[in-house]
Amino acid sequence: MIFKKLLITAGLAAALSMPVAGQAESVKIGFVTTLTTPAGVIGEDMKNAVNLAVEHLGGKMAGKDIEVMFEDDGFKPEIGKQKTDKLVKRDKVDFVAGFIWSHVLLASSKTVLDAGKFLISSNAGPSQLAGKGCNKNFFSTSWQNDQAPMAMGEVLNQQNVKSLYVIAPNYAAGKNMVAGVERAFKGEIVGKDMTKWGKDRQLDFSAELAKAKASGADGLFIFYPGSAGGAFIKQYQQAGLKDSLPLYSVFTVDSISLPKLQSANIEGVMGSKSTMFWAPDLDNAANKKFVADFKAKHGTYPSFYAAQSYDSIMLIDSAMRATGGDMSNQDAVRAAMEKADFASVRGSFSYGKNHMPIQNFYLREVVADADGNWTTKVVKTVFENHQDNYVDQCKL
Amino acid sequence: MDWHLLISQLLNGLQLGLLLFLLASGLSLIFGIMDFINLAHGSFYMVGAFVGASVVSLTGSLIIAAVATLIAMLVLGILVDTLIARKLYGQDHLDQVLVTFGLILVFDTLAHIIWGSAGATIPLPEVLNGQLEIAGFVIPTYRLLIIGCGLLVALGSYFLVTRSRLGMLIRAGASNRAMVTALGVNIDRLYLIVFAIGAAMAGFAGFLIAPITEASIGMGNEIIIIAFVVVIVGGIGSVKGAFYGAILIGFIDTLGRSYLDDLLKIFISNQSAETAAPALSAMLVYVLMAVVLVFKPEGLFPPSGFNKK
Repeated sequence: MIFKKLLITAGLAAALSMPVAGQAESVKIGFVTTLTTPAGVIGEDMKNAVNLAVEHLGGKMAGKDIEVMFEDDGFKPEIGKQKTDKLVKRDKVDFVAGFIWSHVLLASSKTVLDAGKFLISSNAGPSQLAGKGCNKNFFSTSWQNDQAPMAMGEVLNQQNVKSLYVIAPNYAAGKNMVAGVERAFKGEIVGKDMTKWGKDRQLDFSAELAKAKASGADGLFIFYPGSAGGAFIKQYQQAGLKDSLPLYSVFTVDSISLPKLQSANIEGVMGSKSTMFWAPDLDNAANKKFVADFKAKHGTYPSFYAAQSYDSIMLIDSAMRATGGDMSNQDAVRAAMEKADFASVRGSFSYGKNHMPIQNFYLREVVADADGNWTTKVVKTVFENHQDNYVDQCKL
Repeated sequence: MDWHLLISQLLNGLQLGLLLFLLASGLSLIFGIMDFINLAHGSFYMVGAFVGASVVSLTGSLIIAAVATLIAMLVLGILVDTLIARKLYGQDHLDQVLVTFGLILVFDTLAHIIWGSAGATIPLPEVLNGQLEIAGFVIPTYRLLIIGCGLLVALGSYFLVTRSRLGMLIRAGASNRAMVTALGVNIDRLYLIVFAIGAAMAGFAGFLIAPITEASIGMGNEIIIIAFVVVIVGGIGSVKGAFYGAILIGFIDTLGRSYLDDLLKIFISNQSAETAAPALSAMLVYVLMAVVLVFKPEGLFPPSGFNKK
């Protein structure tokens, strides 16, 4: 009788310990992005890149299986936080990556960091997490919001643009982008419109474009991520501004908007300039493999969102390789990640003390590739090893 | 004062107003005649845009797509009326709001399944992507086309409402529903026709805007709120009210976005004007609605003989 009880207890214990043992054999990564709403197209691109990275790694990091759990934030901070809670508390993931939107990341970061897990931003770069709110377990494989528009401001100076008209959405990142270009641009900002953004965002820019045209500015700077970018550029062309008001943008003209603009025959975007830390034609082995395999699989160029997501997985892999997949020693994992010792698709980069990349920024131009597909091409390097402005506020 | 800019902005306001009219006239009639709050009216706008985009990509013709969209939307309107909305006429407004909110989710998810999350574009022929120069004014050709189509539909609905038997019934239904029923008019059929026409006009508006903003999931939810404001400002159940209300809102929204920051700069510092202007111009139409509700709670142009409840 006692023997039987013992046997059952032993059996139960074995059964209970089984999944635990199973967990120890895998690296668990939660990935929060937007998979529904019109912004879902961005999330799909990121998901495809993550899956490609896992495939390139043969499904294993340091001999352990990679287990990625995707969650949809629905473009809302409160949902993003709920999903992050679930990943950390129920699924017990080791890393949480993803996050397109700054406000979603800010709402969710505490959950991950308080639980002592690693948080990797694959896109959003709010100043808070780069400066005062920096954390030893927070890493970025993208950029700080202000950096790309600062590079654009520098380009405008170099191109001798004397006056600029600015149009951007009226929310946190939009304000960061405008602040970034204003900081670096030495000419005069002759007009500025901040348009309604969010659930009932404004997509008809007729009034703003008429004002920009009447202002007589030398150039037009915009920031419209996602589908709003395509809409803006269409109206820019329909208003006939291509020759009189050259377009300069950040995070607007990408491989998500370009195929749509091409199918709608919006030639006004050809030759338009944008600044970015990466481009599909960037010449390094890791990027060539990433872009070629992504194109072969999905038929389009990967977007910068995809590049950053791919790098997030590769960053985790670098840490797992260095530590032999041992998650128990957090300091070792963190030290390995700080080295950024992996073949990034942007080429080599290093981390500042706030764990934001110190990296190059390039000027890109829209061209047609050999097959006639519209894409962006690197024109030149604007900033070399550029570090964000908030690192001094970080007390790490 | 830059008159050139002002006239461009007035035309932009007119274009926005006419699009709003296409949406709001159907919404207003459905609300006024059937006493039915249709939150899903914006979904018709979205479906119209997607159907139009699909037909254009299949046939390459904008005209075929316009006709196909109108027919498809009439059919969809008939289906929604017979299968869902009919059971809700005369019910509590809360029930209607709940069901039509559910419909929004259903339509959004269906659009996601059928057309994907990327949205769909309607390519325009070279001519329509260009600009026209009239008396020194350079105006995007396609926006003129929207204005033309909008005015045509407005004129058509004016004649329909004031000169036809159907229009008479619609007007009668809007002023006194109970009496129309008591007089033996087939009210189910009247409701069906109004609902289908409303859906078709909303779908047509979506089709018209798609070449500018592209068809995307949830696009109707973005504009339906403003359409409700138009209905309230114009007067519930009045096509004439929907027309003037929509044009008014179109002008106020566009002129607010154009001139409010300059206007504020006269009174406050440049920097605070830049911060305050976007928030204020987004609020302007609601401010107008509040003012109208205070001074003319039944709207600017209520249906004649409108019985104040």
